[in-house]
Amino acid sequence: MTLPILTVEALRASYGLAEVLFGVGLTLNRGEVVALMGRNGAGKSTTLKAIMGLVPASAGVVTFADTPVTGWEPFRIARLGLGYVPEERRIFTDLTVYENLEVGRRQARGERPAWTPEKLFSIFPNLAEMRGRRASAMSGGEQQMLTIARTLMGNPAAVLLDEPSEGLAPVIVEQMAEAVLRMKREGIAVLLSEQNLYFASTVSDRAYVIEKGAIRYEGTTAELEENDEIREAYLTV
Amino acid sequence: MDPSFLVLQSLSGLASASSLFVIASGLTLVFGVTRIVNFAHGSFYMLGAYLAVTLVPRLLDLSYSPWTFFLGVILSAVLVGLVGVAIEVLLLRRIYRVPELFQLLATFGIVLIVQDVVLKVWGPVDIPGPRAPGLRHGVEILGQRFPSYELLLIGVGPLVLGLLWLVMHRTRFGVLVRAATQDREMVGALGVNQARLFTTTLFLGAFLAGLGGALQIPRLPANSHMDLSIITDAFVVTVIGGMGSVTGAFLAALVIGQLQAFGILIFPKVTLVLVFLLMAVVLVVKPWGLLGKPDAAASRTVAPEGILGLRRFRPPERILAGLAVLLVLVVPLIADAYKVKVATEILVFALAAFSLQFLVGVGGLVSFGHAAYFGIGAYAAGLLVTGPFKAPMELALALAPLAGAAGAALFGFFIVRLSGIYLAMLTLAFAQIVYAVCFQWVEVTGGDNGVVGVWPAAWAASRGTYYYVVAAVVLAAIVALRRVIHAPFGYTLRAARDSATRADAIGIDVRTHRWLGFTLAGAAAGLAGGLYAFSKGSIDPTMISIPQSVDFLAMILVGGIQTVMGPLVGAGVFHALKDVFMPLTEFWRLALGATIIAMVLLFPRGIAGATLSLRPRRPAPASVEASA
Amino acid sequence: MTLLVVDRLNKRYGGVSAAKEVSFTVAAGEMVAVIGPNGAGKSTTFGMVGGQVKPDSGMVTLDGEAITGLPSRAIWRKGVGRTFQIAQTFVTMTVAENVQMALVSHRGRTRHLFADATRLYRDEALALLDGVGMRADADRPVSELAYGDVKRVELAVALASGPKLLLMDEPTAGMAPKERVGLMRLTARVARERRIGVLFTEHDIDAVFSHADRLLVLVRGEIIAAGTPESVRADPRVKQVYLGEAGARAAERAKRLVEVPA
Repeated sequence: MTLPILTVEALRASYGLAEVLFGVGLTLNRGEVVALMGRNGAGKSTTLKAIMGLVPASAGVVTFADTPVTGWEPFRIARLGLGYVPEERRIFTDLTVYENLEVGRRQARGERPAWTPEKLFSIFPNLAEMRGRRASAMSGGEQQMLTIARTLMGNPAAVLLDEPSEGLAPVIVEQMAEAVLRMKREGIAVLLSEQNLYFASTVSDRAYVIEKGAIRYEGTTAELEENDEIREAYLTV
Repeated sequence: MDPSFLVLQSLSGLASASSLFVIASGLTLVFGVTRIVNFAHGSFYMLGAYLAVTLVPRLLDLSYSPWTFFLGVILSAVLVGLVGVAIEVLLLRRIYRVPELFQLLATFGIVLIVQDVVLKVWGPVDIPGPRAPGLRHGVEILGQRFPSYELLLIGVGPLVLGLLWLVMHRTRFGVLVRAATQDREMVGALGVNQARLFTTTLFLGAFLAGLGGALQIPRLPANSHMDLSIITDAFVVTVIGGMGSVTGAFLAALVIGQLQAFGILIFPKVTLVLVFLLMAVVLVVKPWGLLGKPDAAASRTVAPEGILGLRRFRPPERILAGLAVLLVLVVPLIADAYKVKVATEILVFALAAFSLQFLVGVGGLVSFGHAAYFGIGAYAAGLLVTGPFKAPMELALALAPLAGAAGAALFGFFIVRLSGIYLAMLTLAFAQIVYAVCFQWVEVTGGDNGVVGVWPAAWAASRGTYYYVVAAVVLAAIVALRRVIHAPFGYTLRAARDSATRADAIGIDVRTHRWLGFTLAGAAAGLAGGLYAFSKGSIDPTMISIPQSVDFLAMILVGGIQTVMGPLVGAGVFHALKDVFMPLTEFWRLALGATIIAMVLLFPRGIAGATLSLRPRRPAPASVEASA
Repeated sequence: MTLLVVDRLNKRYGGVSAAKEVSFTVAAGEMVAVIGPNGAGKSTTFGMVGGQVKPDSGMVTLDGEAITGLPSRAIWRKGVGRTFQIAQTFVTMTVAENVQMALVSHRGRTRHLFADATRLYRDEALALLDGVGMRADADRPVSELAYGDVKRVELAVALASGPKLLLMDEPTAGMAPKERVGLMRLTARVARERRIGVLFTEHDIDAVFSHADRLLVLVRGEIIAAGTPESVRADPRVKQVYLGEAGARAAERAKRLVEVPA
């Protein structure tokens, strides 16, 4: 299972004049969980947004499912089977939980059974209890679960997960880790951006470290945990 | 007052509220999803009425029953919905990312085209519609007769609200629309094809407008002025209710319906003024309307839609400017009386367009109602010389800019509190107040006919002499205003436009400077209006109408919104073309509308802007020099 | 001498405390960095000093004068310059005009109708640009510059009013790595030469540790540590700031949990 589903080569991006990415390269293999580590402002979120087509790439190539998707509209990339869970959650607060899932619903690709609200409710029991309630009434943790469930409704082959543990209570972080591992068991590849090394090493196989818009380190999470030098330089104060 | 009379008055207010809501709900839905304020929504309404007066009688000939009547109404609305689809696919889809000013102008281009199409197909005469079978008579309520069709209309509003609720909450399409209203980008990232969603939304929006129009036929004959008269009301309803909120539109329509029904009893002359005052107050207290939400898209950074950099004239431009002045001066020597009259008007419009460019290009304040200040100046001058004061021309011309400034200062106080599309709509609303006052206050303004006999003083009575008066005043005003653009005040306005955050951080009071800039532009427009009144010899409400405001915008668009002097070229080209072609073709508006749309799509930088881009540029990106 | 005194500032949004009893000082000529994770209250604290956010309680004193709760324009007049995370400049003007605009405002001449704005205070503007190494580019449109240079122009604009205090929100954000050091050196030099206090937020740890005289570490609206870079680096609580104790514990529990076969 080392076939890449997503490859990113020499990706550059900027917000107006402010450059954020200076040639990011990384690979996500099928069924694999990879962490993109780095401090605030290192370029993690922008990398995910640029892959998804939400921030225009000024240079570089993104290939997803053997298709070059650089410059595509986000909806076409999503339809190809790439899910995106934003850092700010961006759930539709005026809609109910069930309706939020409905927005994400897309036909299943291939032979794998499609995700249904019922199946998702079995993984995220909290959501089941509030299915008819407006999403604005949910706590931050519940909203985070909903964004993941909403993305899974699109039956993605891979998911970009932006800062999944950010600002969550410990018990929710636990559930989040479970959710990521569940995705992995379902055969979904996950690229997650993360600052929390414990979380990252819990769920992911490999890690990249990004700093000032470029990849500085690549290796297994186990290696990263052992490597004090890299940790000191890029991940802690 | 008789209580039964009050009840009936209230019921008739409910009936108009209901109609208004049906139309406004479509506008607000389309805005919520596409973020485009669709001027052509009024045209959809008008098309609905014309289609209904055509279809419904034929259907009633086949079978005379209420069912066929309403079948015809629905059929008309569906056809209008399809027109909406065509417009989305052909035009709107191409302008989702252009600045709001251009979106408004492009959809106004559709308004113009539809007007001529309607005139061609249905002719200029109003067409009365059939009454609804079975609903021709009145119902007795508290001893008074109330038309039963009105009673039915009262029910239509809540019915449409209920059906819309079902569509929005019980269908996938509705869920997607609500999601997209909140966060379009995220909906796209979840794999939803926005183009399809937008097309469908346009169908629904146009259908609702068409339905609103078709339902009017027993009360109101189909006529070619319906589009602009309804669009202002619909704008007011959506703005008060909160752009994008259907429920808000319903509430706002109810309030406005009652305000109109009872306002007409207390202030029969100024009912419209009451409505617009309500809007101004709501917007100042709740800038996003009753149920609206702050628009995340409002803070998106777009390149300023205006003047990009200033510099002094270079030698070739000095020669051009000198030649232009020379040409202006020799016109009466080489042209006949008619051409002198046209040249006078061109000069007047050049000043008006230049003052608008000062607002839009320098200040970044997109005014969709600049004709208001032009008109205030014209009316002030016209009424001063013809009214009881019998003031001399010189005094009237001196007071015209003061009147324009006073109007701009009053309205600008509210306007500069808003930004983006809300600001544009408020300028339009205020212009409609001025229009309404001039239209309705017949004793003073002469109403629709206006006032005639606004002639220059004896010494300036000849066409040639008055031309020189205008030329001298206009040139002086343009030179002065250009000076202001290059002066610290102009730079300050441009600074606030480029980055209000930075302007604030270096101590600039953005709001006050914008207000002063608005007032100054109003003064210049007022002066132009005063000159225009004497050139025409009369004043009438068309000088303040929406089409007049759009003409000014078209002039700066033709000339190039990124240049300082372009609007002068634009005014000349625009008015000369209008003068040459309008008598030749019965499709002047169609041609104008198509031109505006083509300009927005092809040359958003205008004539002067387009010639600039032919010049060799330095390789650096985003460096566009504007001619000074 | 103490330039800025921030005394027990509090700010709550809804039920969430964005600043809790925040107190610190900045001396003239001193560079003080505020660091902490996203949402720790850095922007709120910054906003309360700069006038964008009104504190619920507490005092801000600049050079002995209370400036608590004044609007940002008034605070600017008292001598507080600002730069932004995403540089804010007047993009349709030249480099020199950007600085001249600040000078025009500083001299209270924004309502002048007839003077020639491009000639006003030009020499002064050029001198300021000289100070940030941008004099050679004075007549280029600011939109043509590389982002690092835009940041330098922004610094010159902020210095135009002769401020006593500079508030810099992530000064190196969005810059190419090699430009970052240059900008921070420049800022430090200017601060020392002109005796300007600099309060800045920053994610770039290199910038913080090599240029700040003192650090403040904000977590959930509270200052959990303050002091020299060395003392802050050695502080065990700070070491966990970017991980979060709760997060670490939770992650470890989650790790144990997944060792049970699912």
